[in-house]
Amino acid sequence: MSIAATTARQVTLATGKSKDRTPVSLAFLVALWFSLFFGVVVLLALIINTAIDGSGRFDIELLTNYVSVVRPEATGFRAGILGSLWLMGFTALMAVPLGIAAALYLEEFADPTTRWNRFVEVNLQNLAAVPAIVYGLLAVAIMALLGFRDTGIVLGGALALALLILPVIIITTREAVRAVPREIREGSLALGATVWQTTWRQTLPSAIPGIATGTILGLSRAIGEAAPLVVVGLAGSLLFDPEGVMSSVTALPMQIYSLTSNSREALREAASAAIIVLLAMVLGLNALAIFIRNKFQRSW
Amino acid sequence: MASATSADTFPNMSSLGEAHIDGERRLPAQPTNPVMETRDLNVFYGDFHAVHDVNLAYGRHEITAMIGPSGCGKSTVLRCLNRMNDLIAGAHVEGGVLYHGQDIYEKNVDPIAVRTQIGMVFQKPNPFPKSIYDNIAYGPRVTGMKVDNMDDLVEEALRGAALWDEVKDKLKQSAYGLSGGQQQRLCIARTIATKPDVILMDEPCSALDPIATARVEDLMLELRNEYTIIVVTHNMQQAARVSDRTAFFTARPDETTGNRTGLLVEYDLTSTIFSNPNDKRTEDYISGRFG
Ligand SMILES: Nc1ncnc2c1ncn2[C@@H]1O[C@H](COP(=O)(O)OP(=O)(O)OP(=O)(O)O)[C@@H](O)[C@H]1O
Ligand SMILES: [Mg+2]
Repeated sequence: MSIAATTARQVTLATGKSKDRTPVSLAFLVALWFSLFFGVVVLLALIINTAIDGSGRFDIELLTNYVSVVRPEATGFRAGILGSLWLMGFTALMAVPLGIAAALYLEEFADPTTRWNRFVEVNLQNLAAVPAIVYGLLAVAIMALLGFRDTGIVLGGALALALLILPVIIITTREAVRAVPREIREGSLALGATVWQTTWRQTLPSAIPGIATGTILGLSRAIGEAAPLVVVGLAGSLLFDPEGVMSSVTALPMQIYSLTSNSREALREAASAAIIVLLAMVLGLNALAIFIRNKFQRSW
Repeated sequence: MASATSADTFPNMSSLGEAHIDGERRLPAQPTNPVMETRDLNVFYGDFHAVHDVNLAYGRHEITAMIGPSGCGKSTVLRCLNRMNDLIAGAHVEGGVLYHGQDIYEKNVDPIAVRTQIGMVFQKPNPFPKSIYDNIAYGPRVTGMKVDNMDDLVEEALRGAALWDEVKDKLKQSAYGLSGGQQQRLCIARTIATKPDVILMDEPCSALDPIATARVEDLMLELRNEYTIIVVTHNMQQAARVSDRTAFFTARPDETTGNRTGLLVEYDLTSTIFSNPNDKRTEDYISGRFG
């Protein structure tokens, strides 16, 4: 037998199944399986339960009508769905350029050894774990500084959500940028390109699939958030579509939040159906992110 | 394009001394009017003294090879010649690097301008994730070179790198579809597209098979007519085959710290280095008695 084969055999013997079958490791394995099972089952039960609650309302009116107290059985979430779409658009508009710029600065230009940059670094890690509601407060403060009385508008809500997902975008963009091999940058610089040109023409385009994935995952988190929007003062229900940045707006999670505790059965049923709609939107965004990642993934 | 048989790709070690036959090329013992020079070059990575007092002159339209055991500072010296070491945090250089008599490490010298004159080809082929055409056009575009007709320039560069015939029908395809050897020649084409004066190569064939290696070597000999080439190599046959002059480096451990600092042992015509070197260390290395 060759040396390689012998070694391989010894390794197999050392790590092989036989030794994994001690009672302790078996018990551990069972515990792991149970945890996984528990998580999935609870989630599934919740979704199925909600879907059954809302089953009577999977119709087109759910999407096209406004909330109606007079005709609760025909209530719809048009204002919330459109509001959420507007909010997502402006959130992306604010958070994406800012997040990419911050990430590029930190990765390509900043000197990581300076105090200031280390300070930024530590804060960034922590920001991602800050409760969503805090970003709502921050947005209110910024809006006040900008001189807005009424903060329950598209701009206010989008600002809160943009602040919320900024750390996510920065962190994923940095990872995507870091994955671009050093050789590409060196090749560009060795041709007489500046660091700026190299970043703009090589690093950034190569990182775009990763950035897109991160952005969409960030947005899919933002779309489900109600807490920061409550703080900003978004309406729980509106009877008109948003028309611009300054227009009052509501969001789908806000509407769900305000209707789930309603005393009328029909409105609660509509809220359950709306939860499924929201879930579908989130899943859609995540699916898009996975699609982009798989389609444009590059192995260097 | 010259075709290479495996025989001339791998001459056996015993014939190494004669492998480089200077033929009609009559070179002076020292480069007259050198394109580049290093003067007492010392390089540090943080506190680590990587290279000690290197004095070398690189002749115009010559191929200079730098050989020596791993870690002796060949790449370090090479990267000083176009200020690529600037990109390494903590790297710092003492002494001078002269390009046509001008010290490129002086304060008023723009490293970007230096790199447009002194191009570099890396160990691992590193084409950009773009089309073949855009790989070539990238350098002229970013440096703002005045180009009358980019198509012509791309063709000229690809012909210069002996790659045109292989890629002329797929210029718009990704450079990642090329073989390793083709990618490396593409990187050479990319470098000559910006019309540099000097081309630095850091082990340009170490990732290539013998046939691709032979092609790049042929190419180097052709490019010598127009450019000055400085090449780092671990392959002594290669140094013997292509270079006009050879610099042998080694690393000497510091008595107190044990850090290995690189230094230049011997620099001479390649034919001399490979037939009767002056220094025992060179002879040991070349004859394979030293790793
Ligand atoms: N970026 C760096 N930071 C710190 N030390 C470095 C760096 N690059 C190289 N060194 C050190 O400098 C010394 C010389 O390295 P260099 O890469 O120049 O050697 P080399 O002769 O090119 O070796 P090889 O033949 O293996 O490529 C080595 O001891 C190496 O560890
Ligand atoms: Mg090296």
